[in-house]
Amino acid sequence: MRWRSEPLWLIGAAALVAAVLVVLNLGALGAVVWRAEGSASLSSADWSALRFTMVQAAVSALVSVALAIPVARALARRRFAGRGALVVLMGAPFILPVLVAVIGLLAVLGRNGIVNEALVWLGLPRFSIYGFHGVILAHVFFNLPLSVRLLLQGWARIPGEHLRLSSALGFGAVARWRHIEGPMLARVVPGALTVVFLICLTSFAVALTLGGGPRATTLELAIYQAFRFDFDLGRAALLAAVQAGVGLAALLALARFTLPEGASTGMDRVAPAPPGGLAKGLDALAIALAAAFLLAPLAMVVIKGLPAVVGLPAVVWWATLRSLVVAGLSVVLLAVFAAALTAASLTRKAPEALGMAALISSPLVIGTGLFVLANPWIDPARLALPVTALVNAAMALPFALRALVPAARRAEADFARLSAALGLSTAAHWRLVLWPRLRRPAGFALGLGAALSLGDLGVIVLFAQTGSETLPMQMHRLMGAYRSGDSAGAAVLLLALSLGAFVAVERLVGGRDADA
Amino acid sequence: MTHPTFATGLLAACALAVPLMANAQTPQLRVLTYDSFIAEWGPGPQIESAFEATCGCDLVFEAAGDAAAMLARLMLEGARSDTDVVLGLDTNLTAAATEAGLIAPHGLTPQLDLPVAWDDPLFVPFDWSWFAFVYDTTRVATPPRSFADLIDSDLSVVIQDPRSSTPGLGLLMWVKAVYGDQAGAIWQGLAPRILTVTPGWSEAYGLFLEGEADMVLSYTTSPAYHIIAEGDETKAAALFDEGHYMQVEVGGIVAGTDQPELAAQFLAFMTSDAAQALIPETNWMYPAVTPEGGLAEGFAALPRPEVSILLPADEAQALRDPALAEWRDALAQ
Repeated sequence: MRWRSEPLWLIGAAALVAAVLVVLNLGALGAVVWRAEGSASLSSADWSALRFTMVQAAVSALVSVALAIPVARALARRRFAGRGALVVLMGAPFILPVLVAVIGLLAVLGRNGIVNEALVWLGLPRFSIYGFHGVILAHVFFNLPLSVRLLLQGWARIPGEHLRLSSALGFGAVARWRHIEGPMLARVVPGALTVVFLICLTSFAVALTLGGGPRATTLELAIYQAFRFDFDLGRAALLAAVQAGVGLAALLALARFTLPEGASTGMDRVAPAPPGGLAKGLDALAIALAAAFLLAPLAMVVIKGLPAVVGLPAVVWWATLRSLVVAGLSVVLLAVFAAALTAASLTRKAPEALGMAALISSPLVIGTGLFVLANPWIDPARLALPVTALVNAAMALPFALRALVPAARRAEADFARLSAALGLSTAAHWRLVLWPRLRRPAGFALGLGAALSLGDLGVIVLFAQTGSETLPMQMHRLMGAYRSGDSAGAAVLLLALSLGAFVAVERLVGGRDADA
Repeated sequence: MTHPTFATGLLAACALAVPLMANAQTPQLRVLTYDSFIAEWGPGPQIESAFEATCGCDLVFEAAGDAAAMLARLMLEGARSDTDVVLGLDTNLTAAATEAGLIAPHGLTPQLDLPVAWDDPLFVPFDWSWFAFVYDTTRVATPPRSFADLIDSDLSVVIQDPRSSTPGLGLLMWVKAVYGDQAGAIWQGLAPRILTVTPGWSEAYGLFLEGEADMVLSYTTSPAYHIIAEGDETKAAALFDEGHYMQVEVGGIVAGTDQPELAAQFLAFMTSDAAQALIPETNWMYPAVTPEGGLAEGFAALPRPEVSILLPADEAQALRDPALAEWRDALAQ
């Protein structure tokens, strides 16, 4: 239902953003197809790669979101010293570069990791992380933080009045689940599942490294091979199209199962005290287990790398500066993209779906496609940094929209009639009604965008030239030159920078109490 | 630099205006190489200043990930490429570049110190090493002396995926060249020894250094880094009686270059003493021509395999797909 007409410039801006995204996704794929010669077909190995890709992504999504429910609930209703810091730190695995996270994970769960040392000490057999379970474990490590944050936002949108009423009515855990938490989760969980599924769909380094061999071949690896060793662009495009098709199917399923926000207005009152006793103990356990699982590997990364940070070569610091510039540019672009599409999606479904579409494209295809598009016009090396910022913004957009759109729709459902009845102008409606309710998710979204951009290696590789290295590239370079000590130092720098940027942007945009 | 239409030319001219004005007199030589070559600690920066001191030109290095990404980029650019020289392909990849007609003859006759004969008219080697399994002498007391030994041992190894990494492809060729029709059986025997397969060399070597595996597929020259740069003598390469497959890194002149003479001059420079003396301790490979000062002690003392194996480029390319299928079938079970 529409309670006010949208200004034309807003629709124009949204259409422009949509056009950029379409060019980025379809244009890149189209450019690859255009450069391809001849036709291609899927081999039996490709079919098994497709099967493995879908199964691991589905299992990773289910496990991540299922585990996130008790953790998010515990974090949503408990208040304790250091809670804000814990929420931020627990989000770190998601923004870490894959290679750093895997090393941290192995320091805890690898052959000589803490867990195996403990098992040996207890006289138990060693645990091997390599295999299907290792892939899932790593994907849960990456995506549990994101799932927790997405669900936390769901909990944050439950009006305090509902909780007060339920406690006044003497609701037990079951009744509260049935009437308040269950309906909220039914709205939030499908989106979270889809996002994690889409992220895991394009995974390949983690899957291959921890999967133990070619059994764990994903479509992204097959695309990589088609591009680089076979130089078979037709095959690469076909595989990329199959991968995008799977992602699209997941998005369509999401659209089908997304429930509309009902009008259940709250007046932003404080929630009542949560239940104590057993519930309190279980909440503490959920938080402690999740914190141990997510923070121990991070601690290992820091312990290994911290001594090397001071002695890092100057080129690493220059790369750091370059990464910060790219991240800054990327956040600005993300803010524009997200604002336009959020505004446009108050009354439509399409903009959100379009924003999510960035997740279904293979980063490799986007990078190559943009290279093909740019090459006849301009030396691609000149575009390395702006293109990175643009692609980073597009890649972060789905997460931003996941955070912003439900909150905006909720606010619109709650207050649009009132605001229209009061005769507020569009500007005043945004400033007084929507912005206070969007500020926190916006802070989260842009903070995430900054952190993801800092950690991204992705598309820049084909474009690179001396003098355009970013920090993640420089870290890989150190690692590729036997310098694992310096590389560990660069990893700590990257971790600190990503977390710092996330917190700074989130606080700046979201306000001081922006922790959920 | 030729561009198809006026509009593109104009665009490019605007974008390139600043450097062109700065270097109006000096010709530019664009060299495409892999990423670690141009790192501060790689050979790139020193080679650039040494060559620029003699050529009266501006040498620009461009990097595109690893050797395979480099080839992909060259193929993508096709005839529109501004690249003059491609540096760092290995012999398992050169056939694709040759077939695509991307490379022009170099016309050079360098005196090389390779363990195998070399007479390729298109590519000039600048460094090489043998693939080998590297281990930690404090953890592995008796290293295997052959693939059969490795199969019978209880050691764990990390290898790279031949579909995404040049060392991985090198191992694939090594097994295929030695065992031919039996290669599939060898891979089946190796399967339980393989802890995991990584997308690239960095991940595999990282896992080995973290103690995840007993051995890693790398080079016989890898221990030289630990000896020279870290004073660490605990890393060694296991020498196999069957012989070791070689990685020979080569450079070639891009057919569409507008600087053919400068490009040939650069390739000749790459095999000169000035460049070759830089290679060992920046790229951690053997130089293609032993420098006058000889090799540093850490290199000279390294044990060398008795048998060197290298498939001709066209044979390597023809064997790749069937060998890959054998590898996948053996390891995917």
